[in-house]
Amino acid sequence: MSLIRMPEPDLGVVARRDVIVKDLEKLLGPGVIIADEDGRRAYETDALTAYTRMPLAVALPRSTSEVATILKYCRDNSIKVVARGAGTSLCGGALPAEDAIVVSVSKMNRVLEVDYPNRLARVESGITNLAISGAVAKEGFFYAPDPSSQLACTLAGNLAMNSGGAHCLKYGVTTNNVLGIKMVLMTGEIVEVGGGHLDSEGFDLMALIVGSEGQFGIVTEATVRILRAAEGARPMLLGFSSSEAAGRCVSAIIGSGIIPVAIEFMDKPAIHVCESFAKAGYPLDVEALLIVEVEGSDTEISRLLEQIAEIAGPFKPQTVVVSSGTDQSAKIWKGRKSAFGAIGRISDYYCMDGTIPLGRLPEVLLAISSICASRGLKVANIFHAGDGNLHPLILYDANDPKQSVAAEHAGNEILKLCVDVGGCLTGEHGVGIEKRDLMGLQFTPTDLALQMRIKSVFDPSWLLNPAKVFPLDTPRPSDAQAEAEAA
Amino acid sequence: MYETLKPATAWELAGMIATCRERRLPIDVSGAGSKRAIGRPMQTAVTVSTLSMRGIPLYEPSELVMSARAGTSLSQVEAELASRNQMLAFEPIDLGPATGGAAGQQTIGGVFAANLSGARRIAAGAARDHLLGIKGVNGRAEEFKSGGRVVKNVTGYDVARGLTGSWGTLAVLTEVTFKVLPWPEDTATIIFLGLTDELATELMQTAVGTPFEVSGTVHLSAGLAGRLRHDGLKSLGTSLTALRIENFTPSVKYRRDSLREHLKVAGFVKAVDLDAHDSIAFWNELRQLSVLPHGQKLLWRISTTPGKGPRIVAAVRRHMEAEALYDWSGGLIWLEVPATADAGAADIRRAVATHGGHATLIRAESAVRAAVDVFHPMAPAVEQLSRRLKTAFDPDGILNPGRMYTQF
Repeated sequence: MSLIRMPEPDLGVVARRDVIVKDLEKLLGPGVIIADEDGRRAYETDALTAYTRMPLAVALPRSTSEVATILKYCRDNSIKVVARGAGTSLCGGALPAEDAIVVSVSKMNRVLEVDYPNRLARVESGITNLAISGAVAKEGFFYAPDPSSQLACTLAGNLAMNSGGAHCLKYGVTTNNVLGIKMVLMTGEIVEVGGGHLDSEGFDLMALIVGSEGQFGIVTEATVRILRAAEGARPMLLGFSSSEAAGRCVSAIIGSGIIPVAIEFMDKPAIHVCESFAKAGYPLDVEALLIVEVEGSDTEISRLLEQIAEIAGPFKPQTVVVSSGTDQSAKIWKGRKSAFGAIGRISDYYCMDGTIPLGRLPEVLLAISSICASRGLKVANIFHAGDGNLHPLILYDANDPKQSVAAEHAGNEILKLCVDVGGCLTGEHGVGIEKRDLMGLQFTPTDLALQMRIKSVFDPSWLLNPAKVFPLDTPRPSDAQAEAEAA
Repeated sequence: MYETLKPATAWELAGMIATCRERRLPIDVSGAGSKRAIGRPMQTAVTVSTLSMRGIPLYEPSELVMSARAGTSLSQVEAELASRNQMLAFEPIDLGPATGGAAGQQTIGGVFAANLSGARRIAAGAARDHLLGIKGVNGRAEEFKSGGRVVKNVTGYDVARGLTGSWGTLAVLTEVTFKVLPWPEDTATIIFLGLTDELATELMQTAVGTPFEVSGTVHLSAGLAGRLRHDGLKSLGTSLTALRIENFTPSVKYRRDSLREHLKVAGFVKAVDLDAHDSIAFWNELRQLSVLPHGQKLLWRISTTPGKGPRIVAAVRRHMEAEALYDWSGGLIWLEVPATADAGAADIRRAVATHGGHATLIRAESAVRAAVDVFHPMAPAVEQLSRRLKTAFDPDGILNPGRMYTQF
């Protein structure tokens, strides 16, 4: 992969590397800065592994005040900073730069407070997504957003990308489940927004901060909503003879007034790979599979699943299987959640993340097949069907430069299609570097300029997570920095 | 106020804002004006109303999404949704009657600009959580958009959601796109009688911590309960604590019984049931704050951590008489206090500062609203960011200047 250009590093900063490292070590003491090459190499990429950059240095702060010290130093010395959680970004959101310091919050992973009566947990942002649910599971509670990478990804990364997951059809995405944050600005100032209460006072700064891709500040702590889990949950499998029938069935279910907690879609290539990995009992003779999960008491679940099977009837499902119990349910979800990993074992792939209006699903799936076929590439589709968030995985051979380029071109064409039918470039992975140069498809220059002004509100000198989100050639509003600093 | 301009399109609106910007004319940004009595009084030269930008360009019931032009009335939106058995799940409240206006006037743009959510907020999220996209014009007279019509969308910063609760001070919304949900098939309400504020809060917190998806929790003092329109409830002479369950009919019955059983174990016994009809009437009454009618007394809205609610009210009551309506399991308090020159702001804000959260003065004479901070004062770092944000959208400060804060 090679289509995405990164700016030339500031050689002045690179030349000062030893001094910068010494300064930071002096400010922070031992054990925070990683300067040796092997140590830094572990941070040279994220989950968009085709792109790598060796960072200037890596910092692993242990507290909010250490983060503040690092950011203030970097700002005073005009050094760029790339914030990092676990480095699971699929869009290059955590890709380092040669003239930037990576600040990873991974050592800040404590649960600070759990308050069941008020349904909240206060945590450090380096905690993994799954560990939050883990910390409250014993009382029957959970933290709702559940990205597939939840075992590894941090809350910090979830906040940066406004991550979703399979169950956000019912429970919403990250922005809907955060009550408060503590964030360090590039100046070293610490800002607290929200808290234990619902809805922030004044402007909704939290709405802007969540999803700002690490470009506004580094969030070190957050108060998140925890919810009481339903009495039970059970998925059912619906197999269809065409993707189109499956797509129309999804619309029919949602239109009927039933909102399942999740509706996941897999096409034939995905089903086969996932089944051989997870042995979940997926039917192998169907073209498309839906995993539909509902929640409630046993009686409620049975009734809802019966209703859903009835709604599916006119679309002639070849398979209607209700999970036999917790074991099979776990396998069904394991298959889905490890889908990306399982496919990664058989081929390199390029994972797309566009969203489309649900009604356009059948035609978009056809178009995706033909886009990939026209470039001689195969594609596997796995996605959150309930909300139209597609994840076509374009399969290619990373060692074949021609195929790499073809995959990137096909991906761009698919995303353009998503925008054209009324959807968007990214549903939950973020823009990062990957979709940066496509932003003009979705936004006018005015839209982008306004977003860039908002960036200047939080980081007037544009040192945080550089060369991400906005196309490199988009002119930054010339007065934005001066205005922000004067205000 | 010299004149009211009613642009029919975003383009026309942008032209008007450009003219005002050139001449440095401050603009009163409004929809139907149903919330005009809320916020700091402004001195503006022009009123721009969205009322001529009406209509519903997109409604896809099977995708649970609707777009409406900002000046469309909420009642039209809700009627359209009801015709397909759908609703705005965040149950927007109507502040009209409580602030001296009529009910049912507000526009859909105003609902999002003020981020007004009702009792179901604890289960379904706030207005801001349902907003998917907006179109608008900022104080630079630029037409812009953010978000779109799909639920999952992280493309660029979340400017749309960032505009909720900004009361027209950053931009004028011209179109909003939002998520809608099916009406629950059935509903029931359990009302517990005679609980103190503390016990009621404990009850509400316990209820929302069960798996039975309680979708509304309110507590009314005996005094407020006496103001209800519902004949049976207003004559009981005790405080009322209401819990709402919504779902398919068999589930409602099952969940109501399970919840009562669960709460009995926790010691909460004395209760009456409302059937679907009475339940809907009861929660509709609350949506209009009917128990806090416009009058001499002042009205505050306090948002705090639910468990802290009764403590804040008790702290305030040491200084003044106060009637409290608790919503959101105790986390949202509508506080009615006597009219005084400072509206009790010092004592109320001190109580809130001790326990966390924020307090907004919703109803007071304009002289009082000019003298005290209507919106909660900000910490210095937040204030600086807010001021910069205002500048990014509206560098000359012509949109609703001073409505939220004296400084900008």
